[in-house]
Order: sequence, then C-alpha cells, then structure tokens
Amino acid sequence: MKLFPIPGGIHPEYRKTLASEVAISTLPLPERLHVPLQQHIGAAADPLVGVGERVRKGQLIARGRGVVSASQHAPTSGIVVEIGELTAPHPSGLAQPTIVIEADGQDEWAELPPPIEDPFAASPRAIQERVDASGIVGMGGAAFPSAVKLELGNRHALDILLINGAECEPYLTCDDRVMREHATEVIDGARIMAHALRAERVIVAIEDNKPQALAAMQAVAAKVVGDGPSVEVIGVPVQYPMGSERHLVLAVTGRETPAKKLTADVGVVVHNVGTARAVHHAVRFGRPLIARVVTVSGAAIRQPKNVEVPIGTPVSALLDFCSGFASEPASLVLGGPMMGQPLLSLDVPLVKGSSGVLALTREEVNEQPASTCIRCGSCVEVCPCGLVPLEMAAYIRKDKLKEVAALGVTDCMSCGSCSWVCPSHIPLVHYFNYAKGALAAEAREQRKSELVRVRSEAHQARLEKIAAERAAKRGGAGGNAA
Amino acid sequence: MMMDVGSLTAMGVVLGGVLGAAAHFLKVEENPIEAEIKEMLPGSQCGQCGFVGCAQAAAALAKGEAPVTLCPPGGRAVAEALAKKLGVTADLSAVEDPRDEYAEIAESACIGCTKCLQACSVDAIVGAAKQMHGVIPELCHGCRKCIETCPTNAIHMVEVEPTIATWHWPKPDGEAGAADSTHTHH
Ligand code: SF4
Ligand code: SF4
Repeated sequence: MKLFPIPGGIHPEYRKTLASEVAISTLPLPERLHVPLQQHIGAAADPLVGVGERVRKGQLIARGRGVVSASQHAPTSGIVVEIGELTAPHPSGLAQPTIVIEADGQDEWAELPPPIEDPFAASPRAIQERVDASGIVGMGGAAFPSAVKLELGNRHALDILLINGAECEPYLTCDDRVMREHATEVIDGARIMAHALRAERVIVAIEDNKPQALAAMQAVAAKVVGDGPSVEVIGVPVQYPMGSERHLVLAVTGRETPAKKLTADVGVVVHNVGTARAVHHAVRFGRPLIARVVTVSGAAIRQPKNVEVPIGTPVSALLDFCSGFASEPASLVLGGPMMGQPLLSLDVPLVKGSSGVLALTREEVNEQPASTCIRCGSCVEVCPCGLVPLEMAAYIRKDKLKEVAALGVTDCMSCGSCSWVCPSHIPLVHYFNYAKGALAAEAREQRKSELVRVRSEAHQARLEKIAAERAAKRGGAGGNAA
Repeated sequence: MMMDVGSLTAMGVVLGGVLGAAAHFLKVEENPIEAEIKEMLPGSQCGQCGFVGCAQAAAALAKGEAPVTLCPPGGRAVAEALAKKLGVTADLSAVEDPRDEYAEIAESACIGCTKCLQACSVDAIVGAAKQMHGVIPELCHGCRKCIETCPTNAIHMVEVEPTIATWHWPKPDGEAGAADSTHTHH
C-alpha cells in the first residue's frame, strides 16, 4: 500500500522493550475501586446508586447525560461505600464526584444485555446503542465517547475505518500487547464498528517497530471471510506523532483534514485498538467497559508490566503489583511521556483513558534549565501542525493572546515535539497549553458578559415598561400635570 | 399675585416640555464618541461606578468628567481601552481585575422581602414574596447590588472555584525557570 509523508515529527528514544515482551497479566482485585462520574470528554454521568447499595459486576451505576457523555458500570461486585468528591487523575489535582465501591471478592456478574447474534445483519443504530450503553470511550487517551464517533456515519459519507495501532508514544506497549494477544477480538470489533459507520474498509495501521503485532493482526485479517467489511493491516513508519488522528489519516490515505474539521469530513473515522476490543466485548457478550490494559514502565519501576486492571483501580495498587519503585522516581506520569500528564498522587484511580503509568528516573527525564531562544528554527521544522512555536511563545511571554490565536495556537495538538527538540530547553508546549486554556477561559468570559448584557437590557426594558404603564395610569386617573 | 404664580407654573410646564424634548433629541443624536464608549463598557448596569448605568457613565467619560478607571467589573482591560480611546494617560497600576464571584443567600436569614430580586440587573435571583430567595450562580455577574439592599445581611459573595472543566495550566515562568519535566530527552 502506498503511504504518504507527514510533516514534521521526531524520533525520540522509544524504550518500549522495558515492557513490550511482558505478556498481559491480570491485576488481583483491589479492595476498593474509585469510579469517577466523568472519565471522558463531555458531561459527567448521573449516579443511579446510593451509599450502602450492593452492586454487581457490569451493573450500570451512572448514566451518561446528554449527547456527549458516557455511562459508568461497576467494575466488580460489592457495596457502594461512598459517593463524594475525590481527587481526580488530572493535572489540577482537583476533586471530582466519584463512586467508591468496596469489593466483596465474589466478582459476581449482573445480568447483562444479550449478545447481538449477527452484528453484520443488525442495524448500525443497534450497534451504536450497544456501544453507548456499554460506556465505551476512546482508549488511546482522549476518551471521547465512542458511540458519538460511531454516529458520524449517519451524517458523513465514510469509506474507511482506520484502526489506530500506531502507539507512537515512547514506553507504552499496551496496544502492542493487545494486538499480539487479542488480535481476533480487535479485528472483530473493528469490523463491527465499520458496519455501524457504513464504511466498507477497515485499515489497521501499526508502526513498523511492532513486527509481532503486525504479523498477528495480518494473520487474523487474512482469515476474515463472509459478510461485512474487509480488513487490511499495514505497517507505517516510526515517526512521532504518527498516532495523531489527522496525521495517521494523511499517512495512510493522503487525505488532509482541514483545520477545525473532522477526519470524517474526508471520509475516515479513526478508533483505537483497545476501543475495538471493547466493542467486541460489548456486542458479542453484552459486557460493558469495566477494565483496560495499562502499561507500567520506566526505569524507576521494579517490574515493568502490561496489566489488565478494573476501571477505578488506585494507581498505588497497580504499582504494588509491579513490585513498586526500584529507585525514587524523578517524575510520575499518567499516559505517555510526550502527551501524558503529571501524576500528582498515587491514590487517584486508573480510568478508561489511562494507557500508562510511568515512573521515570532523573536520567530519563533529563530536566535542564531553560535558556533564551537562539532562533535555530528546530521547533518550526518538527511541528507536525505547521506552526511556528518560537514566535507563539514570544507572544505568550508578552501576554499577547490575540496575536497568538491568530498564529493558530488552538491548532497545536500539544504533541510536545517542539519542547523535545529545543536546544534551549524552553518549555514550549507548556506555553501553548497555558495559552489554549487562557483563550478558552476568555471565550467563556465573553459568553458570560454577552449574557449579562442581554439580560440587563431586558431587565431595563421591563422596568421602563412598568414605569411607563404606571405613569399612564396615573395620568389617566387624576391628571396631576397642572 | 395669583395670576403670576399661575403663569410661572405654566411656563415651568412648557419649559419642562422643551427640555424633555431636547433631552430626547440629544439622546438620539448621542455624541458618537459616547456611543463608542458605551459599547466598550460591560453593559451590565451594575452601578458600581456611581452612575445609574453604563450609558450615564459613558456620557461622563465622553465629557472628561469621570476617570477611565471608574469601571470595577471592566478591570484593567476596559481601563486601558478607555484611556486609549480618549487619548489620556492614566495610572492603571491600582486597577485590579475583578474577582470572579457570585452572590449567595443564607437560607436562615432570608425573610423573602424581594428587595434583592428587584435590585438584580440581570434577574439572577429567583424567589417570591415571603419565600426563600436563591441566586443562579451562572447568571450572577458579581456586582454586589443585592448585598446593599438586603435588610437582614443575608447575602454574601462567594469566590468562583476552578473546576476540572475550567482549570488550565498556568503560564510558565520565564526562561530562567524549570524545563518541561514530563518530557524525556536523549
Ligand atoms: S527550538 Fe528552541 S531555540 Fe530553536 S528556535 Fe525554537 S524555541 Fe528557539
Ligand atoms: S506541541 Fe504544538 S507547537 Fe509544538 S510541535 Fe506539537 S503541535 Fe507544534
């Protein structure tokens, strides 16, 4: 298959072999699970259970609210012991509403919805509804509700479902292991999703540094027979950030997704391999998304592993399972080292979008003091989004947010390539994360002032009307003019 | 004598009419700079500047009778814009950006008098006579008008706390500061 070049990008040291040859193991059931009501982009789910209530594994415990949301299910059987504000796995360290379940150790299943017998004969609607009811979100990290993405076929003419097996972040190997060990499930889930999207082709793209995953997936794809979408499995060059949706679409199809548009506008929808596997479980067995594979790695981890964990597992329980720290970590990260977030507490739960827990040593982090920009242009060269990082950072330093918006900072995908390459160690991506947040806050304020203005005018008009009516009444009743 | 008084009264009425008409006329023919200034003000009629509303504040500004730093909710941005528009230099060092606050009514102290409800320029307060009143935080713009009207001091301001949805990364310290710690290098 002919591939197309993508702009920019870097070749970091991958360090995937720390965990890549360790088969997926299953975490022993933790004592307590913390299930946040919001683990996804969109609205938080509404809790359906009360404190003291017994729940069974797979039971719906919080229902997605509104169009973009996702439901939450009990990861095991046990008692709801608390519904309250608990620290979220989020760089702010703020709390969020969370359901705490004390496991009873029986791991007893709730009654599940029946399997969809022949998914390829079922309506796309039926598949979308099942995915929605199963609380599935994008498992590559962004955690966008998958059912919403599966409905894109209702409004867009799609020809390709692209399964993202690039796993371009250093250290992470969970997708690699899932493809090696569960290729049949991934490909079945992918074909079911393509059917829901009304796309005829499934293309699975895997970076060339995962030859075993490529071989395993190709072997399964070759055996696909019967009705439903076709499957091709292809290798793509090792180039960070190949796993970015729009870049992967460009590399595989040559189609460029315009800024502010979706890949669906060029006929392609992208889903992660873990998501495809979750769809397989939901459709074939009625099982909701209550567990995921997480990579635990970094030189400060005693035994790097890929572990299937129940959603809501505290990070500390997972680290214990990996025999803890070999040395004091210099940095703890949730996700990959490039786009992951700092992990502020080991008490926070692993959620649907958690792909990795990294404990990095000082040598791995290689933190260096920042110095002034030497205008070498390296950041411009590597930016996969065609931005000019040095210029954007200069404006942000001077608080010129309007100018930096005009330079396209909101198109920055926060891949971190510019920070990585900068010889002056300028925290470029931090500037852009700040600017994007500040611009969003400004837009929120703008909307609020607009609302205040409109409502004040309405209030004023009403007062004037009342005053005029009063005056008219008085005038009509007595005539006090002279 | 009676006659004179009568004619004076009549004159007053006539003059009043003329002045009223003039005011009306002037309002339509509003000084263009005044209209522009009005657009720059928040338009929330909060009265924190001491004028009845934003239009009156704009008129005073246009005549140079009010300082460009008069608008508390506008903060530094509005003061700066006003100074630029009016071509004046002003000391903005004391101008603070408004704190993000909303009013809250203490249930136990509210007697349901409806005074605050009438004072709120954005109708952010709900309630009926003799019933406990409440503020809709999303609509409240923190002008504090209601606080002054409450006979039982039942209203206080609450700072808007960041949530996971509104939190964002702070601005990095200058280049002498720390490098990006979540990124690995060679
Ligand atoms: S890579 Fe760093 S030093 Fe080079 S131009 Fe960009 S910001 Fe400046
Ligand atoms: S972080 Fe943003 S600006 Fe930097 S290289 Fe990536 S997309 Fe470009």
